Amino acid sequence: MSSQAMTAQTTTDTNTAGFVSSRRWLLWSGIAALCAWVLVPIYLVALGALGGRQGVYQWPKTGLPTGISIDPFLLFLRTEGVVQSFLNSLGAAGITVALSIILGAPAGYALARYNFHGKDSYRLLVLLTRAFPLAILALPLTVSFIRLGLYDTIVGVGLIHTVLALPFAALVTQGIFLGVPKELEEAAWVFGCTRVQAFFKVVAPLALPGIVATAVFAFVISWNEVFAASVLTVRNRTLTAYLLTVLSESPMHYRFAGGLMLILPSVVFIFAVRRYLFAIWGISSK
Amino acid sequence: MTNNRSWIPYLLILPSVAFLGLLFVVPLVQTIWLAMSDNGMPSLANAERMVNDINFARSVRNTFLLTIVVVPVQLCIALVMGTLVAKVGRGRETILWIWTIPLGISDLAAGLVWLSILQNTGYFNSALFGLGIIERQASWLSYQTPVALFLAIAIAEIWRGTAIVMVIIVAGLNQVPKEFREAAEIFGAGPWTRFWRITLPLIRPALQSALILRTVLAFEVFAVVYALGGRNFPVLVGEAYYWQNQNQNYGVAAAYAVLIMIISLAATLVYLKAIKVDPERLP
Repeated sequence: MSSQAMTAQTTTDTNTAGFVSSRRWLLWSGIAALCAWVLVPIYLVALGALGGRQGVYQWPKTGLPTGISIDPFLLFLRTEGVVQSFLNSLGAAGITVALSIILGAPAGYALARYNFHGKDSYRLLVLLTRAFPLAILALPLTVSFIRLGLYDTIVGVGLIHTVLALPFAALVTQGIFLGVPKELEEAAWVFGCTRVQAFFKVVAPLALPGIVATAVFAFVISWNEVFAASVLTVRNRTLTAYLLTVLSESPMHYRFAGGLMLILPSVVFIFAVRRYLFAIWGISSK
Repeated sequence: MTNNRSWIPYLLILPSVAFLGLLFVVPLVQTIWLAMSDNGMPSLANAERMVNDINFARSVRNTFLLTIVVVPVQLCIALVMGTLVAKVGRGRETILWIWTIPLGISDLAAGLVWLSILQNTGYFNSALFGLGIIERQASWLSYQTPVALFLAIAIAEIWRGTAIVMVIIVAGLNQVPKEFREAAEIFGAGPWTRFWRITLPLIRPALQSALILRTVLAFEVFAVVYALGGRNFPVLVGEAYYWQNQNQNYGVAAAYAVLIMIISLAATLVYLKAIKVDPERLP
């Protein structure tokens, strides 16, 4: 929205200065076009989700927010299975966040602070997971999970989603711990802290914002995963798996409502960690 | 660190190694065994059944076509975004946030978003109707319009997947020292020369990891396709899903999985070879 305001602002500038301003105008119209490319489709699916049955068959559509209300979306929420699958998605994502931080952060710390034999092999293992389509691993896990009683459970889905999020968490937390000066930690040792105390009193508070951002990413990874969740569940479906299975028999406005419901939490989360996005991806893409 | 505490790092990485061993390496081996065996005996029956399936050739072709079209377009848009935003002072944060929104959107949701635009009574047809290009509602997502369906899926993938490439590219661009470009400018290099000779070679590590990540994900394309076209547009992961869930044939599903893994690994190796990264610049 604000970019449009800025485009308007630069348009007025064009009148005062010549060549330089026309280049700026070009720059801002390019930026505005790319912002619209991202935002307009989300706006349109929201219209579809709030327009209900009549909205879907309205022809031709104007693209203006006429005839919308929250009721069709609430009706969708009351459809059997929707709220439950939403809660299941939250549960699986919660397990993913907890496991990937608990397992990943110590590894990240080890990579950041120690030189040890096998460090390169470990990094290779982590990078190797990136070259594999990980969700596909859900296929053989069906059999093992049935045997272990994990099939069709939220824990099972959380476990496979942790495989997706853990390598990412290890690499990113490595970068975060590298950003905490070693000298601070060593000073704490000098003043009589044990290593564990030094970690929790000095390092952890400084690393916390970055770790929270990593956790948010782990959440988004799990929240959005479709394939493994669909393969590993039957009754206890996550939201993505639920939507995928009922898709072909759902009316259009239900599909749009489902799409909107998937999008909203992620957008909020991405907004929450926007400051860390580039630092994190700068780290994890090394 | 002192030598008498050399066990600490091993203790720290052990949980994650055990976890990845159990839930990454073991299933990996299981997948390969499932695909290459029949009733406990090594066999190529599953692979044969996969290759002879009516949808096999189409799904291979479709997946490759999608990847070949989608990944370069995403890279170009991401480079344009990175170049544009580098010229912006105030408002940079907001613009980058808007451009990264699709990063949080799942492929299923992206498919549903574009379904709302491209369905028969959708906004795209409305716009065409308003402009007088079409007389009545045209259908773009049926098996009778394979080219339109392909384009629709490609557009939805480009819409969703560009954000991740952009984030990696922008992170890479942020690390390029300003002095390099300024020096080139002083020596008379134009914007194009600066981009091709200075910027692009310096962001090679970012390019490499963005391409690897995006290409592996592109070969995994599934939910976008399903949301827009159902099974009218078979792709590899979609076929694996159907063999697993509809046909309950885990062997053939595993054969598809192995095929996807081989393709992804091969693509990764190609990128590692093709885009040389100076090892001294790596951490």
